[in-house]
Amino acid sequence: MNDSVPAGPTAPPFRLSMLIYDRRYRSLTFQVIVFILVMSLFWWLVSNTIENLSRLGKDINFGFLFNRAGYDIPQQLIPYTSDDTHLRAAVVGLLNTLLVSVLGCVAATILGVTVGVLRLSRNWLFARLMTIYVETFRNIPLLLWILIIYAILTEITPAPRAYQGEDARQLFLGLIAPTNRYTAIPAFVAERSPGMLHLGRIAIPWLAILYFACLGAAIVIRNRINARAQRIQNQTGKRPVTWWVNLALFVVPPVVIWLAFGLHLDVPELAGFNFKGGINVDNALVALWLALTLYTAAFIAEITRAGILSVSKGQTEAAYSLGLRPNRTMNLVILPQALRVIIPPLISQYLNLTKNSSLAIAVGYMDLRGTLGGTTVNQTGREMEGILLMMLVYLAISLIISGGMNLYNRRVALKER
Amino acid sequence: MKTSVFLGVVAASGLIAGAGLAAEGDTLATVKSRGELLCGVNPGLVGFASPDANGNWTGFDVALCKAVAAAVLGDPTKVKYVPLTGQTRFTGLASGEVDMLSRNSTWTFSRDTDLKLDFAGVNYYDGQGFMVPKSLGVSSAKELDGATICIQTGTTTELNLADYFKANNMSYQPVNIDSNAEGEQQYMAGACDAYTTDASGLAATRAAFANPDQHVILPEIISKEPLGPMVRHGDNNWGDIVRWTLYALIAAEEYGVTSANIEELSKSSENPEVQRMLGTTDDLGAMMGLDKEWAKRAIMAGGNYGEIFAATIGEQTPIGLARGLNAQWTQGGLMYAMPFR
Repeated sequence: MNDSVPAGPTAPPFRLSMLIYDRRYRSLTFQVIVFILVMSLFWWLVSNTIENLSRLGKDINFGFLFNRAGYDIPQQLIPYTSDDTHLRAAVVGLLNTLLVSVLGCVAATILGVTVGVLRLSRNWLFARLMTIYVETFRNIPLLLWILIIYAILTEITPAPRAYQGEDARQLFLGLIAPTNRYTAIPAFVAERSPGMLHLGRIAIPWLAILYFACLGAAIVIRNRINARAQRIQNQTGKRPVTWWVNLALFVVPPVVIWLAFGLHLDVPELAGFNFKGGINVDNALVALWLALTLYTAAFIAEITRAGILSVSKGQTEAAYSLGLRPNRTMNLVILPQALRVIIPPLISQYLNLTKNSSLAIAVGYMDLRGTLGGTTVNQTGREMEGILLMMLVYLAISLIISGGMNLYNRRVALKER
Repeated sequence: MKTSVFLGVVAASGLIAGAGLAAEGDTLATVKSRGELLCGVNPGLVGFASPDANGNWTGFDVALCKAVAAAVLGDPTKVKYVPLTGQTRFTGLASGEVDMLSRNSTWTFSRDTDLKLDFAGVNYYDGQGFMVPKSLGVSSAKELDGATICIQTGTTTELNLADYFKANNMSYQPVNIDSNAEGEQQYMAGACDAYTTDASGLAATRAAFANPDQHVILPEIISKEPLGPMVRHGDNNWGDIVRWTLYALIAAEEYGVTSANIEELSKSSENPEVQRMLGTTDDLGAMMGLDKEWAKRAIMAGGNYGEIFAATIGEQTPIGLARGLNAQWTQGGLMYAMPFR
């Protein structure tokens, strides 16, 4: 505070040049100028858009969302027919986007962490192979990977008809039929089904709710048991054996549900042109999922490797000298410190994967870009509204993901007290 | 200083935006000053619009682009072809990326009204059909219950397909594709049992196969697909130019004016309608900002409607389409040019 403000009546009168030459006002002046610049640019964009639209005789109107869509969607997680509205078609697309994003994030994390650790392995062959994998996948554009995998799936797998007749192909393990359109996989079907929970127009099977409730409860109980084991270990130095309780928590409830409701596998069977029964997983989804996973995993592998390398070797040696076994060293010493380095860039990768899933259009996977931003926009001519909505939705998804991951990051971050 | 630069930028961009808008209102002036017609075409549909090995575009839809360029600019080669997919075509036209669309697009109510585009006429009356491999043993579209069907997304065919299967109480699994080329690849790989699009498009696609006789086009035509050139709504004069260029081609066939005899007929024809059209007597072109011989040049570019049809998609070509509905009204077809008067 060396530029203390002179007090009261002796203060010099305000002159216009003070806006630039007086430090007290200068920063404010420039902030106001930049603010006006940005707002003018924004205003120009908006008014230009509205002006151009009105010259074309168009307005901005979201009413089209409630009109009949009229087109079909190959893969849907909630019931949808061509009689439903464009809004519902958009939701179907959104769920397809979320499906492939979640599947991709989970698989990419598992694969990426494995590859990252293996790349640090002392096994020469493994380390080199992983290097080749990482460099190949992260240096070729994702779109090409999607197209290549889709083309391979279409060209090398047989048509459903190949499973028919005398020289029929056998189903893989008697359960799975890869075809050039989709992979037919068995589904769980309950003999005594408790039905669906109807929330408006969305129906959720009670069985799924029950299963996830059991899973959630199991996780909570496991945390309690582990905390208790930790307490006992801290007091007595001996850790009670808990693994069988943990295992039972996750195995017993599903088995009970299984027996109680007579769950069985519905194996796909060829009927007419296509497989009936079970679930037909579109090749477009498989191609997109595989490509997103392989591509993003290459980046995650590098992030993991960087994280592990950031923990100095002395820590490992110190842990060994205290008598910790290698896996305990990894879990208790290296990973907690490495995660601090890993999580922030990992969030970016999750966001990238989610946004990259909009490349689905290349293989006709009907995600949000395919329904709302594709067919709906095309059939209604509401480009501006469709693209705006799509931007908003992707923004919301990204903010939710980064918000959630930031919460997790705060948990693993260095606690500074 | 900073502020004045900014104001300058704002003023300049305003001018540019204003100029762009003014030009957009008068397509004829824009095309003339550019010296080139921007024509939106199918990215690849043999017979209708496809580039050859040297990058020269040919086809039934391309011929209309050439005729319009000949009428407006006096040179049928002064066309820049902009390939647009089913998804990008209307946005491309509305945003001014192309001056006209000559790309087998179906004339429907909502496209004419809600999309703020105008159809300048119909150059091919079509209907939606299905193509299946012979080995499938299917002889009617009614037997396609449960089939996987390749469909171009963003088209009327996509909506017709949904309606047709619903009306017949059948189910199907759509495979969405973005262009005809991709559809061809998916269909040939067996990723779909049937491929559906306009019957003319099916014939054109089949003609490009290695063994076309292995595939059949099913007899059912499930919709009306009047295909025609499109322009932006609001520029009526430009719409008139495209419309009457098309009518000139159709009328020329009706009156027996061909690319071979047009020079002779323009001097010696006794038919007053032909005289008016070719600019021998009246000056019809001036009424829409063109010169006297606009129609003559349009017809000379690729011949009359019948000549274009025969050379690109007719029975003598590999595509082998019969005139059918597209014959002259005097031959029992629907091709009917309004009077040149």
